[in-house]
Amino acid sequence: MDAILLQILNGLDKGSAYALIALGLTLIFGTLGVVNFAHGALFMIGAFCAVTLSKILNASYEVIDETKADFLGNPLKVKLTYVESWFGPETGAAIIDWAVPLAILFSIPIMIAIGFIMERGLIKHFYKRPHADQILVTFGLAIVLQEVIKAIYGANPIPTGAPAVFRGSFDFGVLLGYEANAIIYPYWRMVYFAFSALIIGGVFAFLQFTTFGMVVRAGMADRETVELLGINIDRRFTIMFGVAAAVAGLAGVMYAPINSPNYHMGMDFLVLSFVVVVVGGMGSLPGAVLAGFMLGILESFASMNEVKNIFPGIDQIIIYLVAIIIILTRPRGLMGRKGVMED
Amino acid sequence: MLGLNKKDTTLLIIVAFMALCAPFILNPFPEGSSMAQMFNAGYPDLMQRFVIFGILVIGFNILFGLTGYLSFGHAAFLGIGSYSAVWMFKLIGMNVIPAILLSMVVSGVFALLIGYVSLRRSGIYFSILTLAFAQMCYNLAYSVLGNPASSYNLTNGETGLQLSLNDPRILDGAASSEGSLPVTNFFGVAMRDSVQLEIGSWLFTFNAGYYLCALIMLISFYVSIRIFRSPFGLMLRAVKSNQQRMNYTGLNTKPYTLAAFVISGIYAGLAGGLLSSMDPLAGAERMHWTASGEIVIMAILGGVGTLIGPIVGAGFNEYFKNILSKINDSVLHQWLSFLPDGLEDAIVGVLHFFVGKGWHLSLGVLFMVVIIFLPGGLVEGGQRVSRLFRRNKTSDDADNASHSTPAE
Amino acid sequence: MGILEVKNVNKRFGGLQALGDVNLSVQDQTVHAIIGPNGAGKSTLLNVLVGKLVPDTGSVMFDGQSVLGRKPFEINQMGISRVFQTPEIFSDLSVIENMMIPIFARRDGAFRLHAIEHTENEKEIIEQAEHMLESLNMADARHDHSAAMSRGNKRRLEIGMCLAQNPRLLLLDEPTAGMARADTNATIDLLKQIKEERDITIAIIEHDMHVVFSLAERITVLAQGTPLVEDTPDNIKGHPKVREAYLGESA
Repeated sequence: MDAILLQILNGLDKGSAYALIALGLTLIFGTLGVVNFAHGALFMIGAFCAVTLSKILNASYEVIDETKADFLGNPLKVKLTYVESWFGPETGAAIIDWAVPLAILFSIPIMIAIGFIMERGLIKHFYKRPHADQILVTFGLAIVLQEVIKAIYGANPIPTGAPAVFRGSFDFGVLLGYEANAIIYPYWRMVYFAFSALIIGGVFAFLQFTTFGMVVRAGMADRETVELLGINIDRRFTIMFGVAAAVAGLAGVMYAPINSPNYHMGMDFLVLSFVVVVVGGMGSLPGAVLAGFMLGILESFASMNEVKNIFPGIDQIIIYLVAIIIILTRPRGLMGRKGVMED
Repeated sequence: MLGLNKKDTTLLIIVAFMALCAPFILNPFPEGSSMAQMFNAGYPDLMQRFVIFGILVIGFNILFGLTGYLSFGHAAFLGIGSYSAVWMFKLIGMNVIPAILLSMVVSGVFALLIGYVSLRRSGIYFSILTLAFAQMCYNLAYSVLGNPASSYNLTNGETGLQLSLNDPRILDGAASSEGSLPVTNFFGVAMRDSVQLEIGSWLFTFNAGYYLCALIMLISFYVSIRIFRSPFGLMLRAVKSNQQRMNYTGLNTKPYTLAAFVISGIYAGLAGGLLSSMDPLAGAERMHWTASGEIVIMAILGGVGTLIGPIVGAGFNEYFKNILSKINDSVLHQWLSFLPDGLEDAIVGVLHFFVGKGWHLSLGVLFMVVIIFLPGGLVEGGQRVSRLFRRNKTSDDADNASHSTPAE
Repeated sequence: MGILEVKNVNKRFGGLQALGDVNLSVQDQTVHAIIGPNGAGKSTLLNVLVGKLVPDTGSVMFDGQSVLGRKPFEINQMGISRVFQTPEIFSDLSVIENMMIPIFARRDGAFRLHAIEHTENEKEIIEQAEHMLESLNMADARHDHSAAMSRGNKRRLEIGMCLAQNPRLLLLDEPTAGMARADTNATIDLLKQIKEERDITIAIIEHDMHVVFSLAERITVLAQGTPLVEDTPDNIKGHPKVREAYLGESA
């Protein structure tokens, strides 16, 4: 029982990331009908927003500390970050420590801007072209974005820590009456899951309860009718592209402490996110979220030794296997509408 | 000639000439000069890559160019072919012919299975299915099938599958069981053997492996022309054009698309087998989905659905990858030294991202430019330019040109 | 016994009864029109006939064999050809290439791959295709790109492609929808000519009464998924039930 619980928990954080990326992909597909291969790159850029902010906050200058001396007796040169000198050592250190959560604020405008530029500057011109062309041009864009990041930040992963408060692990086992250390779970992963739930809830609430969201949903279901009502649906869809980019970016920002950001993390997640979208059902938002968590947890179960001993290598292929079975038996996915892209 | 019309025969002869004379064409600069270091490409391994990737993309084009089915997992067949060939070297012997044949057969079988399942869906679903299958192959090759400790170590994981001294090599094992590793050969002619020709300060290298690959590429190219021009090719183009009408014309499209998929998988396997024959080392990274993406890029760069496009695309991709990765900041400074210092530094600073290790970025940008502005690839670009010239000569000609067959 | 027998066919989409107890008998070598107001179930019926939809109940027999459960290409091989509302042709191919494909399909059936075969056989196919184009008066356009043709010519080509298979039943779905008058008349003339020259049955779904009354020998009126009346054109013209269905007048 404790092992099962542990696997479910382990699956949640990956599942959260899948769900968030798949949610954005689905928003873009559902509104604009575009299959966005560059969505993983947006996730990656989000993670690098966290890296960037942490670098900015750590920008420092050298001061000579008269009170201390090095081993030759000369006054010691110490590095002092600007933040610390402006806000005082304690507040400054706290700000630096909280770089990742602060990057949320930092990344939202950046991601929305990138989303707008992408849609207006590039993808807009591909609505009337075949789906294959849309896939190809966004794939090209993904390569370019990835290479730009690589050129700026280098090829190696950049460790980016969570705030010190969240660095430990929580012992779920004790809480539930198991032995100590049976189920331990890092705090930050809990934060990540809660954060994802918040974002997902926020997006759904936005679509459900605001007039803007209602129009967008109506447009997703029947674009022509909404246009006949004299509503400029294009502009709203552009904004949704920005929102989708921000969702992917935020997923990336918060993921930075879980896996050190590297330039190809976007591509790695992209393939799986597509699989998630297909399993959930093209164009279905709840489907994307459900499938994201489901596959994350499934993957985590498949990597248990008990399972691997029976089916060697199953952890490596389980998600693809599920996707293949779903596409073949139920092409519209778990919750998709019939007829979406079936031809 | 050979059942081809005049135009296709000319094309085949031009390609054959270029392939046979590649050691001259690709080495236009005298040995040792600075231009040679930068622009000469007549080294055996690079020339081999030109033609091998040419084969790969010719095969991909039979699927994507004719039927419109975009496979995002073609690198799997390349990898499968590579592994099969290395296994043949390990078990049977160092002759490349059995290895190449086995890699074609094995990748053909895989293509039949994967294609049978994937072709039940079309459009984006097909792309994602092929992607999923390829990633499965990659993940398995990398993990469970590549774990040296496990009993099914087929791929040797991260290290890659390679020859070792205690391989059985049933046919020629005794001959080389001691000392250094044996080399791949074609009935005794070692693939790495080269003949060098010095004319003045020029140096040309004629490599046995390259000529074998080039010959196979020409055969592959010829077969692809025949397929394009055959009724079978016509049917495939009809599938791409209007699958609905095909069904309501009493034709089951599945056998056609599946045949195209298998043919194209066999081409990829052949390319993989040749890669291993030139250098008997096969790694899982050859199957990664970004490798599949690169196949797509090469096809698009050259021109999808055209005969010559794949060769142009593969050659262009490999050539510029080679050149761009050799350029570094000091080379740039040298080239731009005529500019004022500040400007020079600024331009070099920008170009820095596009050269050397940044060549991926250049190709990515180029790829996007081609998709956005030139959906027909470099071949279409060439046609536009030549049409422009023709229009200058006689305006009547231009009208006729637009009536030419769509798949040239 | 008609060549096409539809018996008690029902089809529901969720709460909507698209077809309710449809009985229809199309006699061999006649022109049978199916008319009805929008939403009467004409397109649903057509999709059942060509195997795109499977009805909930009932049977559809063509020449004594059931078409239900067969795929569109199999039904086509039985001898039913379909013309679409918007012309479905191979718009990436030239006119003659368009025409070659049904001829290959007729000769070799659904499964044969025309792999690398060439020369003699293909010449024969090209000759047949050219012959077919001549009878459509399209021989001059044979190397044109088919996407560039007018809608009327696309329709002509599509009908020709269906005829090239020598079907026994030709199904037409609003063949003149969206056409200019001249093109409509040309299409009517073409269909009349086909009727005279061939032993063929034509079933036509149509909105345009001009087309219907120029061609049809029998007319079935469909309303709300059910056949209302079936009769000769003359009797249909003044039929009160038909007026009611179309105009909503009470009889």
